[in-house]
Amino acid sequence: MSRPRSSRAALRRKAAWRWLARSTLALAGALLMLFQATAEASGAAAETAAVPGMERQRQLVHMVRQECGSCHGMSLQGGLGPALLPADLQEKSAEGLAATIYHGRHGTAMPPWQRFLTEAEATWIVERLLAGFPE
Amino acid sequence: MRRLLVLFFVTLLLGCASTAPTAPRATGDLVLIIERASGHVTLASTTSRQPYARIGGLGDLSHASAVYSRDGRYAYVFGRDGALSKIDMLEARVVKRVVQSGNAIGGSISQDGRIVVAQNYTPGGIKAFDAETLELLSEVPAEYAPGQFSKVVGLADTAGNKFAYALFEAGEIWVTDFSNPRQPQTQRFPAGKNPYDGLVTPDGRYFMAGLFGEDGIALLDLWQTDRGARKILQNYGRGEERLPVYKMPHLRGWTMAQGKVYLPAVGRHEVLVVDATTWQEVGRIPVRGQPVFVMARPDGRQIWVNFSFPDYSKIDVIDTLQGKVVSQLEPGKGILHMEFTPRGEHVWLSARDDHKILIYSTETLTQIGDIKADAPSGIFFSSRAHRIGF
Repeated sequence: MSRPRSSRAALRRKAAWRWLARSTLALAGALLMLFQATAEASGAAAETAAVPGMERQRQLVHMVRQECGSCHGMSLQGGLGPALLPADLQEKSAEGLAATIYHGRHGTAMPPWQRFLTEAEATWIVERLLAGFPE
Repeated sequence: MRRLLVLFFVTLLLGCASTAPTAPRATGDLVLIIERASGHVTLASTTSRQPYARIGGLGDLSHASAVYSRDGRYAYVFGRDGALSKIDMLEARVVKRVVQSGNAIGGSISQDGRIVVAQNYTPGGIKAFDAETLELLSEVPAEYAPGQFSKVVGLADTAGNKFAYALFEAGEIWVTDFSNPRQPQTQRFPAGKNPYDGLVTPDGRYFMAGLFGEDGIALLDLWQTDRGARKILQNYGRGEERLPVYKMPHLRGWTMAQGKVYLPAVGRHEVLVVDATTWQEVGRIPVRGQPVFVMARPDGRQIWVNFSFPDYSKIDVIDTLQGKVVSQLEPGKGILHMEFTPRGEHVWLSARDDHKILIYSTETLTQIGDIKADAPSGIFFSSRAHRIGF
């Protein structure tokens, strides 16, 4: 990344940053208050909303075993694509893995699956993979 | 004394069993069906169109494939978990089983039928076994640079006990000569970025490797290997953004028909048509999804195309005379594989999620029978015993 060359540009940038930081803080504060209020009202609803229903879970397990399995192996021990067993994923960030499922990895054979699942479902799949994927 | 008596009766019984008249059975019309989820294979007859045996305990059979001994009696099944099982098609039992690698992706049998070669992902490379005993004869690690191993794809047998295959990470085609099976000799050819599968033409002359990392096919003339591999169908994608590929296409020698080669495009819903003398593109046929198998009926009049997820319940049938899709079928859920009877009157389709093999007439394009199977994938007819490159 290029650094600001002239001092005027540097000043302008500094001011912009200060403004950005201040407004972000204010916004975050407001959001926090709002969140606390709704969280108290709805309990753990935000968390359970991300978990797919039983029928959908069954579909997702089938999809991972069968469709993902055509590259990663039905037992997820790897094939043309890498192995997806808990030990293989330990070092990786869960968020990054969910993004890989959802968006694919450009320049590799991993396609985006966003046509077939939501981001929350991708996150659920990653959690299950890390814990040992259901049969 | 009692023991002797028991032994006497057992011997008597066995004697009776072995001399009892049983009708001899031939192997020309047999089929082995992979049931990928449960580690089973079902054996059936393509004449009666009925199963006659089911064998279990074969491990992880996702993406499993099989080749046959030259007499069609034994099937060699390559499991995903690296197991190689030799199955007696007549006695319907596993004769021998070895776990030969951590992760395998198929195999092939030599022209003389004496060597079975397995291709492996981990550790990347190929291994040669005695077809009779499954004793390991030699191995060729796919070490393309010091300490760098590649996954092996597209292994196919060619004339002179040679095997051609491609290296996914290395982007190379290798040809290994097993005429001295314990001391194989390997030639290497640059091919292109990320070959995903390969095929040998039905005459055994050309090896083709489909490329995933770039638009094109690598072509090697096995009669003139000194000329090296060249690229055909370069830039067939015309620089356009690719559609997502949810399953890699599969190549084999069934792709030739009437002097042309019909190939699955990667990232395009098209079948590419190449003239097999000039190797120039002569057409492309739009189809309803990402093609996986583009398979010619043995006479070359029809090409049947199945698709990757999510279009894998469809089949498009191309008429080669008209050069276009003439029939759009929806035979069942999750059509993973197809196999034609040797003279082409029927085609067997595996419908994974319907847990059935569907048998279709290629004349009327209607279903004439089915066989129950647990999540079936590959269908392998014993007639493969007599084809090179399978």
